[in-house]
This record gives sequence, structure tokens and C-alpha cells, in this order.
Amino acid sequence: MFSIPVFLESLVPLFWAARYTLLISVGGIALGLVIGTLICAARLSSSRALRNFGAVWVSFLRGVPLLVQLLVFYYSLPLIGLDVPAMFAAVVTVGICASAYISEIWRGAINALPRGQAEAAIAIGMTPRDVWGRVILPQAVTMSLPALINELILLVKASSLVSVVGILEITRASQAQAATTFRPLEVYLAAACIYLLINLCLAALGRWLEHRTTV
Amino acid sequence: MQASAVEIQKVNKHFGPFHALKDVDLSIPPGRVTCLIGPSGSGKSTLLRCINFLEPYDSGEIRIDGRLMGYDAPGRKMGGRALREMRRSIGMVFQQFNLWPHMTARENVAEGLIRVRGMSRADAATRAAAALAKVGLADKMDNHPSRLSGGQQQRVAIARAIAMEPRLMLFDEPTSALDPELVGEVLSVMKTLASEGMTMVVVTHEMGFAAHVADRVAFMERGELVAADTPAAILHQPQDPRIQSFLRTYHERNSF
Repeated sequence: MFSIPVFLESLVPLFWAARYTLLISVGGIALGLVIGTLICAARLSSSRALRNFGAVWVSFLRGVPLLVQLLVFYYSLPLIGLDVPAMFAAVVTVGICASAYISEIWRGAINALPRGQAEAAIAIGMTPRDVWGRVILPQAVTMSLPALINELILLVKASSLVSVVGILEITRASQAQAATTFRPLEVYLAAACIYLLINLCLAALGRWLEHRTTV
Repeated sequence: MQASAVEIQKVNKHFGPFHALKDVDLSIPPGRVTCLIGPSGSGKSTLLRCINFLEPYDSGEIRIDGRLMGYDAPGRKMGGRALREMRRSIGMVFQQFNLWPHMTARENVAEGLIRVRGMSRADAATRAAAALAKVGLADKMDNHPSRLSGGQQQRVAIARAIAMEPRLMLFDEPTSALDPELVGEVLSVMKTLASEGMTMVVVTHEMGFAAHVADRVAFMERGELVAADTPAAILHQPQDPRIQSFLRTYHERNSF
């Protein structure tokens, strides 16, 4: 029999564990945005070496599962004498992995802009900085928002993978709880509800941002 | 004789193996309207885009008020700053309007004044409002481009160019993307500009505009400048068989 009290009781500790989930996904997307923007700039640059570097970065990080990246990163750090907290390793790995996808999201949006948008600014005598800052990027950001929110939601779900390096986020916490209560269905259903709640909030945030930026 | 506003000499342009402009010579008189006509792919737009160096030409010379455009010396491209400085005095209007969709009509016009001319936001807003009033859009200033008709968008684009107080205006098929009933409002703004003595180079398929407003008409075909003369000489008594054949096609297409 499904027990509603057990379900409700397991929500509380899982909510507490959700702070790690959020920290990893928000930290990951923030780091991913910074690195992803740099990688996108490299891929669009006039230097062949930078373009190649960007292309290799994207294909490697997109081509290897995040779970494997996490394990490789986590176990390779002690080799070079670094003893970093698991949390740090998790955020960095998730951020680096996200950067590959985010750079492609940027690149797609920038390439989708009609060439004439930049030409109108160049013809008027704007500096490259203003052409990018005033004409290209504001439009690229608006166009990318749905894809970026999508990426953030994917990261929330992918953060369950960092349980392998011992972080007690929602998934690992629910596994532990299921093992002690012997009520896996209630516990995992509670975990599902919390993931859903987080992602519904993110989707709402995305709609709000889109509404604010579209004309 | 007055010096040319734009002097084009022996200009060549290649796109890969395609020879887009072949030894083009043309002088654009100041304060006059010069129309470039010819079949699609004849190089009219490419020539126009070479004038403000949106398209770098390979060889030859384009001089704007005597100054070589795009190069410090033959074969050595000029720096970004010098190029931007030359472009400031050349307005351009595009076939697809190319208004910035995230800005209102007034912001579209004010942006260049603020960024390029270094005007204050308040002064730029005033100047933008005046330019929009001039093209008959005083009541549409706060609309985004998506809320404007094609004809209104193109008039905003003209306002954006003239607000910069250019000495030369380039029009790249300004009415080709418009519904037929919206063509008139754009042409009438261009006629006003012409009557005020603006130097204009207009790539167009509007033979009526070329006949009535242009002071000179240049005909291009396959990258060559075939002839440049008065509208009457080109459009009514064309000597060259290529022009005759082009006009015959044009008349056939427009008769019903």
C-alpha cells in the first residue's frame, strides 16, 4: 500500500538535499555561460588556431557522457596533487560540460541573425564593439533564452549524476532514505515531485524572461 | 566643371572565380541622383556596396570627395578608424530595411547619433524625432519595427541614415521588398531628399523613378558598366542593344 504520511515525511529531507542540486545546476550554468561565451568567441574568431581549439573543445565535451567526465575529473585531480572538495569538482565539471552546449547555442543564434543587421550598424560607422554590444548580442540573447532555459533544466536533472562523487543531492539522498525506510516508491515519488517543482519554476522564470525581452 | 562626389575608376571585384565587376568607371555628380539599373546579378548592388566598402573591391579606385575609399594606398587596406570616419558621411538604405528589431523607431535613429556622433541621449532623441517627422512618422516614433508596415520601416531606415547628416546616400533596391501599394510613400520621401540637393546613388528596378527623378542613369550588365547618360538617352533612345533588350523585357513584364 502506498503510504501518504511516508511520502510527505520524505519530502522534508529531500527538500534540504535540493540545495546541492540547485547549487550544482546554477553554479554549473553560470560557469558554463562564462566558458561557453569564450569558446563561442574562439569559434567565431578570425584565428584558425582558436577556431580549431573551440571545435575540439565542443566535440570532446559533447562526445563524452557527463558521468564519465565527472569520474575522470574527480579521480584525476589527486594525481596532480590537488585535493579539492567533491562539490567544487562537481560544479567545475558540470560547468565545463555545459559550456560546450552553451557555446553552440550562442553560435547558432549569432549565425541565425541576418547579415544585414550588422551591416546596417557597420555602414553607419559603428565600432565592432558597438556592433556586437548594441546590435548582435542583445538579439542573440533574446533568441537563445528558450534554449538556455532548456539547458538549465537539463542540468538540474543531470546533477543527479554527481551522486557518484558522494554529494548528497536529491537523488543520492532519496537512495539513502529508500534504503533505511524500505519504502522506495514513496521516497522516489517524493524526489520526482521535487525535481518537477524546481523545473516548473525554472520554466516559469524562462517564460517571464522571454516575455520581458521580446518585442 | 564641378568635382565628382564619387569617382569610380577601373574597379574590379571577384567573388571566388566569379568576376562581379569588370573595370567599372563611373562618376557620381554632387547634389544629383544617379540611378543604377540593369538585370539581376549585373553587379549594381555590388558596385553600390563597394562605394562604402561594405564589399571590398579588388583593384581600381573609388574616391569619395577625392579621398580613396578603403585603402591607404593601392593594395593596403585602411585601418578601422579611418574607414569608420569615411562611412559616417555615407548613408545607406537596404532592400531589407535592416532596422534593429529590439529598438523602437526612435531608438533605431538615435543609436548612431549616440554611438557614432557622440551626442547625448537627449540631443539624439530630439534629432531622431525631427528625422522621423521629416519622413512622416512623427506618430510612430515609439513603435518597434514589427509594428510598422514595410513602407514605414523603410522610411525609418531612411530617417536613420539622414539623421547622421550624410553627404552621400546609397539606396540598395529600397522598394524591391515592398508591397506595390507601399512603394509610393518611400519613393516620395526619396524625391524630397533629391529636391533638397542630396547626392544619391540608387540601385532600382523602378524605371518610373529613374525616368522622373534621376539626373543620370547608369546601365550595368554582367559586371560591366554599359552606359551612363541622361535618363532620356538611356531609357528612351538607348543605343546599346543590351539596354534595348533589357527595357523590352521590362515593358513586357509590366504590361497586361
